[in-house]
Amino acid sequence: MDIALEARNLVKQYPGVLAVDDVSFQVRAGICFGLLGPNGAGKTTTVEIIEGVTPATAGEVWYFGKPSGSRFREEAGIQFQNTALQDHLTVRESLEMFQSLYNRQADLDHIIRECSLEDLVDRDNRKLSGGQRQRLFLAVALVNKPRVVFLDEPTTGLDPQARRNFWDLVNRIRSDGTTVILTTHYMDEAQILCDEIVIMDVGKIITQGSPASLLQERYQSVIIELPIEDVSGDLDSIEHRILETQGLIEISTDDVNTSLEVLATHVSGLNRMKIRQPNLEDLFLDLTGHSLRA
Amino acid sequence: MLKRIYAIFRARNLEFVRDRSSMSWNLILPVALMFGLSFIFGGEGRTQYTVGVLQSEEELDTEQHPFLDTRFVRFVVVNDKQDGFRKISRHQLDLLVEFGTPPRYWVNPSSPKGYFVEFALLQSDTPAEYGMQKSQITGDAVRYVDWILPGILGMNMMFSCLFGVGYVVVRYRKNGFLKRLRATPLRSIEFVIAQVASRLMLIMLITTFVYAGTKYFLGTRMDGSYLTLFLVALVGAISLLSMGLLVAARVTSEELAGGLLNLVSWPMMMLSGVWFSLEGADAWVHHVANIFPLTHVLNSARAVMLDGARLVDVAPALLSLSLMSVVFLGAGALMFRWRPN
Repeated sequence: MDIALEARNLVKQYPGVLAVDDVSFQVRAGICFGLLGPNGAGKTTTVEIIEGVTPATAGEVWYFGKPSGSRFREEAGIQFQNTALQDHLTVRESLEMFQSLYNRQADLDHIIRECSLEDLVDRDNRKLSGGQRQRLFLAVALVNKPRVVFLDEPTTGLDPQARRNFWDLVNRIRSDGTTVILTTHYMDEAQILCDEIVIMDVGKIITQGSPASLLQERYQSVIIELPIEDVSGDLDSIEHRILETQGLIEISTDDVNTSLEVLATHVSGLNRMKIRQPNLEDLFLDLTGHSLRA
Repeated sequence: MLKRIYAIFRARNLEFVRDRSSMSWNLILPVALMFGLSFIFGGEGRTQYTVGVLQSEEELDTEQHPFLDTRFVRFVVVNDKQDGFRKISRHQLDLLVEFGTPPRYWVNPSSPKGYFVEFALLQSDTPAEYGMQKSQITGDAVRYVDWILPGILGMNMMFSCLFGVGYVVVRYRKNGFLKRLRATPLRSIEFVIAQVASRLMLIMLITTFVYAGTKYFLGTRMDGSYLTLFLVALVGAISLLSMGLLVAARVTSEELAGGLLNLVSWPMMMLSGVWFSLEGADAWVHHVANIFPLTHVLNSARAVMLDGARLVDVAPALLSLSLMSVVFLGAGALMFRWRPN
């Protein structure tokens, strides 16, 4: 499979802050690639360097085997985390304006349908709700029938239903062979959408691979979760890894039966107990020692 | 390239036309000012007596004749005799005197103020020891409304150009719209051309509309060519738009942009001759005023409208404005920033 994008030794130095520290990775064409990390990890800066809107202090970006340039601008679709459109334009006029900036052009009516904007096309773009605006921003990113789409924190601030609808939309975009680059701090989002991920923290990549392989490589165990207040006795006798976080005790074990027997003697009740598979948030916690949403 | 420029140009036009408050401001302000001033001054000339003193020196020597001590008369030095005659004919000067040998004076017989100030001159020459010689120059008065019209149109053009481009670009930069455009094939020069073209078209339409209205309803004076006047307005608007782009090239705060634009616009409004003539002001004031594009616009427009100046007469001013545009646009393009730091 072709390499759609390649970041080579990217560095971004702001006064007193090294925002991106020698970051390199490749993105295969046609996949959904996730860039994960907490706020301030450097993922948005990294993506903006790749998008060409922020100059790198050092490093290179390659697009389909060549240094990124005008072809990339023509073929990339970008949805920024924070952006604005021209005031006093309707949804359709906004889309038409952006489409006119490209030689590549998608069927606008198809995009409007895909992004569920049919009922909003004549509405002033300033009078849209958060979810509607996100769908419009995504539609703007699609007007040039892009080969690569960048989605920067696309579901931040959306309600759960709107987030799920957005995920469906992203999956439909991917099904056309479009490469999707997603930055997010929602682990469930990355786990559902992404084929490959890079996890960043303080400007560096701390791990990369597919979500499944990363979790499989690191964990053979499952996690038992219990509210702290349900634990009445001393758990020191349990030989498995124990963490206390957000009012919960998490016990990582590869022998659930034995662990449950021990717990039965130390807790007031198991009614609120959960047993789950480790996820990307656990992985991040293990790798960095601090919470992903910090 | 043209398709991209047109896309931004069209979007900006729609934004402006649909922004009713901005649109109203640009239309109502000049019309209200013109009609208000026309009503207040009732079409009469300015109330102060103004006498030109024809001499080669810049400094006026009040010792040379007792008339120069007359109260309530403003004396201005006139170096060019033809210029003095023209102003007498237009009633812009009430009297022109030359204390040579023999001493002479010129007055317009149809000027009421000239008639009275002539009395004052002759009274100061009693007994007629100086032997003042009288000459007459005829011509219709320039009403204040005729004189102020270019000033108001120019002022409206200045605010519209500076704020309509400068402030808007800063707003686009601050809210991330420029950053969004940066991620498209649009180049900065295409964006700048589209912004200038959009505002230029709108301001020329509005200026033409307001001018036509005042011409029709107030019968304002036009001694020159409409085409020359249009060219003056066009070149002037481009220079003011370029100045607005230069101010907005890097600024990311609307408050700072507003302050900088006021810093530029208010001196122009006070020193470029919008409301009053700088005639008689110190030389340094004229030097400062000549830095401003609006000064050249207003001087040229008045020359065309009131004195019938031809294109060749205003060509030096148009050249100055064009040079300013090149400098402002060049510096603005070099300094231009798509996004805040």
